[in-house]
Amino acid sequence: MIADHLPALQVVIPLLAAPLCVLLRWPGPAWALATAASWATFGVAVLLLIAVLEQGVLSYHLGGWEPPWGIEYRIDLANAFVLLIVAAISAVVLPFARRSVAVEIPEDKAYLFYCMYLLCLTGLLGIAATGDAFNVFVFLEISSLSSYVLISLGKDRRALTAAFQYLIMGTIGATFYLIGVGLLYAMTGTLNMVDLAQRIPAVADTRTVQAAFAFLVIGIGVKAAAFPLHLWLPNAYCYAPSVVTAFLAATATKVSIYVALRILFTVFGPAFSFETLEIDIVTVPFALIAMLLASTVAIFQTNVKRLLAYSSVAQIGYMVLGISLGTVTGVTAGIVHLFNHAMIKGGLFLALGCVFLTLGSVQLRDMAGLARRMPWTMAAFVIGGLSLIGVPLTTGFISKWVLIQATLEKGLWYFAVLILASSLLAVVYVWRVVEAAYFRPVPESAAEVSEAPLALLVPTWLLILANVYFGVDTSLTLGVARRAAETLLGAAA
Amino acid sequence: MRHHLVLRVVAKLLIPFILVFALYVQFHGDYGPGGGFQAGVIFAAGFILYGLIFGLDQVKKVAPPVLIEILIAAGLLLYAAVGVAGILLGSTYLDYDVLRQDPVAGQHLGILLIEFGVGTTVAAVMITIFYNFAGRGREDR
Repeated sequence: MIADHLPALQVVIPLLAAPLCVLLRWPGPAWALATAASWATFGVAVLLLIAVLEQGVLSYHLGGWEPPWGIEYRIDLANAFVLLIVAAISAVVLPFARRSVAVEIPEDKAYLFYCMYLLCLTGLLGIAATGDAFNVFVFLEISSLSSYVLISLGKDRRALTAAFQYLIMGTIGATFYLIGVGLLYAMTGTLNMVDLAQRIPAVADTRTVQAAFAFLVIGIGVKAAAFPLHLWLPNAYCYAPSVVTAFLAATATKVSIYVALRILFTVFGPAFSFETLEIDIVTVPFALIAMLLASTVAIFQTNVKRLLAYSSVAQIGYMVLGISLGTVTGVTAGIVHLFNHAMIKGGLFLALGCVFLTLGSVQLRDMAGLARRMPWTMAAFVIGGLSLIGVPLTTGFISKWVLIQATLEKGLWYFAVLILASSLLAVVYVWRVVEAAYFRPVPESAAEVSEAPLALLVPTWLLILANVYFGVDTSLTLGVARRAAETLLGAAA
Repeated sequence: MRHHLVLRVVAKLLIPFILVFALYVQFHGDYGPGGGFQAGVIFAAGFILYGLIFGLDQVKKVAPPVLIEILIAAGLLLYAAVGVAGILLGSTYLDYDVLRQDPVAGQHLGILLIEFGVGTTVAAVMITIFYNFAGRGREDR
């Protein structure tokens, strides 16, 4: 019986746990409940992926209303994969959260933190699970509003302005998305994505539909922090609490990229997006600039969290580039990088969380000689950094390999050169951290610090080792990503 | 506000009617204009008026912040629980048909409970927002 309800449970479990956290009121029980709920969600995500691999597309009718009238949760390989990413990252981040939150969030607010975290998780999972364009907006708002709160809880007072900046940008993005959905509804009279896909071709030549396309792409572009709409991201990642940065960096932008995939391929179809409107003329140059410019900016950062935030903008450029190629290999590269980048950035930001917990700072100068005092944490950072660069035997290499394959398939060899150039820039900014931590002497004024506690190291290393594991065994990631790309491109053909 | 006799008397007269009207909008919502959101706002307006006239400390005695916070969560929980009831009774999430023998009665009961959840949360959130704005700067001093 439960098996039939997996798509709903995926979203409902964290939704139910969130208000229960408020009722519990103590940090300890609230954390335990949040962790249990998150692990259950992860279990559901695994079962869902298995079910989709075995049975194909799952459709769940909320409230018993038939689509296209009612809201449908429609799980195919693409969103089952995204659900797995989000649920897995959350399941690893929450055990880390207990110690980290105890230090960074006032104790009387900790239970509210877990409530907000679960609501954010609900929103992100909901965006990925639903097959209804308006429902995406609702979940987008749930995840966005809760992430503004989560970011503003950072210790630094600048967290408030960062959250406010994100609130303004995020609201504009969400409004654009809503305007786009509204225009489509005006033309087709439906909100269900599959139904939209069937009705749009008849009205595709109208200005309204073309305007809707532009609004949707730009709205989602803001949420995905696609260059040049990324301005909210560096501050938000930099000043948010460590746990929040790790969670959002690994999930929020990925889910937005997934929505972009849905809009471009499922709703409008590749023929409309790439042949009629030629979206790639706009997105490809921006993706290339993001890869190079954001990586260059990252080199000059003195705050390591901000450094990694700019690196994220560059990495989103890779995903956008892959998707913009519009081929199966290109979209595969985009989707597999969703997974791989979640592992990389999740691991790296958790390692920085360990540093922040013991050192109280993530400034480069404060991290001088840190490797001698926190060898395990910094070793994790190095492996994560290698994966970010794209060294063989790590996930980063797989992503770049597929992406370069995709560019060569289309004969765009100079794109491949630019991807390699961007990787070299990644070497530089990762090396700056490594150099500080391993080769600079410990400043005499430095506070006595020792290795981070095991409760933090275990989740960090779990994600870092996942980088190595999925860098060797790609049958899950690459296999599912390729089939998901085939579904996305094939469904509309 | 101690000297504003007219305001105090009028507020005391009005508040019961505001609250009753909120309940009317709440429970008549499935037949006429209204529903949980509007009712919640009207209900909270009664408390906010009380707070404006008689002071923040007074209204916090009537509606303690801890209780209000619990109500925020309880409203959402009621909504989600009605949805889960649909699953437990053998249909899909948020299917009200199965809540009663007769599907029409089930739909009635379902929407009534859901809207009550919405009303509770909205009223509690509005009151919390008022508390936070009205209480700003008090703790710093």
